[in-house]
Amino acid sequence: MSTKSKSIKSKTDFNQDERLKKVSNLKILLNRPELGALGGAILVFIFFGIVAGDTGMFSAYGILNFLDVSANLGIIAIAAAMLMIGGEFDLSIGSMIGFAGICIAIPAIYWGWPLWMSIIFAFSMAVLVGYFNGILVVRTGLPSFIVTLAMLFILRGATLALTRLITGRTQVPGLRVLIENDPIAWIFATDSFKWVFTWLGSMNLIALRTDGTPLATGIPPSVIWFIALAILTTWILMKTRYGNWIFASGGDKNGANNVGVPVGRVKISLFIGTAVAATIFATIQVLDAGSADTMRGTLKELEAIAAAVVGGCLLTGGYGSAIGAAFGAIIFGTVSMGIFYTDVDTDWFKVFLGAMMLIAVIFNNYIRRKVTESK
Amino acid sequence: MSDYLVQFNNISKFFGKVIALKDVTMKLRKGEIMCLLGDNGAGKSTLIKTLAGVHKPDEGEIIFEGEKIVFDSPKDALDIGIATVYQDLALVPLMSVTRNFFMGREPLKGPPFLKTFDIEKANKIAAERMGQIGIDVRDPSQAVGTMSGGERQCLAISRAIYFGAKVLVLDEPTSALGVHQASVVLKYIVKAASQGLAVILITHNVHHAYPVGNSFTVLNRGKSLGTYEKKDISREKLLSMMAGGEELDKLEVELKEMNRISS
Repeated sequence: MSTKSKSIKSKTDFNQDERLKKVSNLKILLNRPELGALGGAILVFIFFGIVAGDTGMFSAYGILNFLDVSANLGIIAIAAAMLMIGGEFDLSIGSMIGFAGICIAIPAIYWGWPLWMSIIFAFSMAVLVGYFNGILVVRTGLPSFIVTLAMLFILRGATLALTRLITGRTQVPGLRVLIENDPIAWIFATDSFKWVFTWLGSMNLIALRTDGTPLATGIPPSVIWFIALAILTTWILMKTRYGNWIFASGGDKNGANNVGVPVGRVKISLFIGTAVAATIFATIQVLDAGSADTMRGTLKELEAIAAAVVGGCLLTGGYGSAIGAAFGAIIFGTVSMGIFYTDVDTDWFKVFLGAMMLIAVIFNNYIRRKVTESK
Repeated sequence: MSDYLVQFNNISKFFGKVIALKDVTMKLRKGEIMCLLGDNGAGKSTLIKTLAGVHKPDEGEIIFEGEKIVFDSPKDALDIGIATVYQDLALVPLMSVTRNFFMGREPLKGPPFLKTFDIEKANKIAAERMGQIGIDVRDPSQAVGTMSGGERQCLAISRAIYFGAKVLVLDEPTSALGVHQASVVLKYIVKAASQGLAVILITHNVHHAYPVGNSFTVLNRGKSLGTYEKKDISREKLLSMMAGGEELDKLEVELKEMNRISS
């Protein structure tokens, strides 16, 4: 034994292999998953800056407008991205939005619950739906694509059927009057930094209404939620143990299991995350519109996944970033609003969305090959 | 009191009517490398999973440091220090060296409830540990996917040792590697053993096993064909035992026959 160990003292160094190239810092930066989305967002802003720079798109009101749309999509896109990094899909996000809206509106309007209780009820239902999705996927080992596709139909159908059963119609209006003095609703319904806009208005720096109040009244709640979620999720992914477990669960669930990562629990928590994000989206929209609609959120799950993919998430899991999904959402939101300011027919938006996603997938695929191939 | 670190005595495992393992006995001292040889279907995977605590043996006992133990889960085996490095290595190619090294066992810092993954410390340890085995990780945040097969194997072994392995079970560590890479991994295994670990090296490659092993157990169709000290057995004898010697002999005769007819 001892003679053998002596004979192997000579140190072997893999990296003295002459075929190895030095990796430059630029290349490391290029390997970041969100780079494509960041570049895309910058391109989009440059494009609209040139094409629509003088149309009011970049006035305070215009900016808040497209930021609001981006932020709404971003809230669910970030959660979808977290789940995709964890190796799963959730196609029931859109249906969950409709369901959550009804969960707020029916108790508040028809059962006389205080609004805050209805909101808590909706979030509780979201946790249940997310948990159910998660446990089904984890326990059965079926692809989440199928399980949540089933949930897409079940939730949308249940939303429609229950609403018509209880209310006799498919829309529930009348929520706006309940928002005032509610201890929770303001979190989802109040514009922030109003004083900034009032001041800007008084200085005549931003457009005013005829009564002298500024056209843009404050930062919409969606934007605040969006920024907070983007920061929180990025911190989780980069800086916490749970974040490492998310990457590990999506990257190789058997391997992760073998070294002690509770893969099942991680995935279930991420499914709860998408359902809760859908409910945040729904609460903001329902309180903003003052009514709940059974069809609200239709196809939003696909937009969320598209934004996550543009943001650098791989469909196979284990790779991606929350901040990338946020940029992806900003791209879609900006284009969907910006297109109104140009001469282009808005019908072309979907074409853009599809093309953007295709380019992103090809780009991501290339990046993945670069990252994983042995050098 | 025996001087064996770990003993697997008369281990048997049945799946319904199928006898996957029958009366397999292995004993290891500290610093010893036992090579477990066997062809495909010999029961190697079942034995590994039994060692790792995935399967409970239906018969036989495991004695670790003189005490009889029963594993209820892989975690039990890991906790007492029997670490298994599977063929898939439990490495995620898209994740960094550091994140892989500490996967599932991340060092934490900060106040309670706000504990964060101590990346700086993790990077330092990972780079240090990889450096010790001669792999200079320029940047521990580089993806494992950029490493060679041998480097990955060494990373997985190094990780098991760092987290307190006393018995290292290695499943085909050299099977996917070229000659040079395989020799690097084998050197590292010998080095690990010389530091006091007991190593069970599972392989079907006698040429890799023979130079590094202290003893050899040959498995055939679920049964052990015996354990031999290195001085008692030759490479050729091992080879013919594990392949089911007669079969190869028969093949040789048949080939000769064919050549005779065609010529």
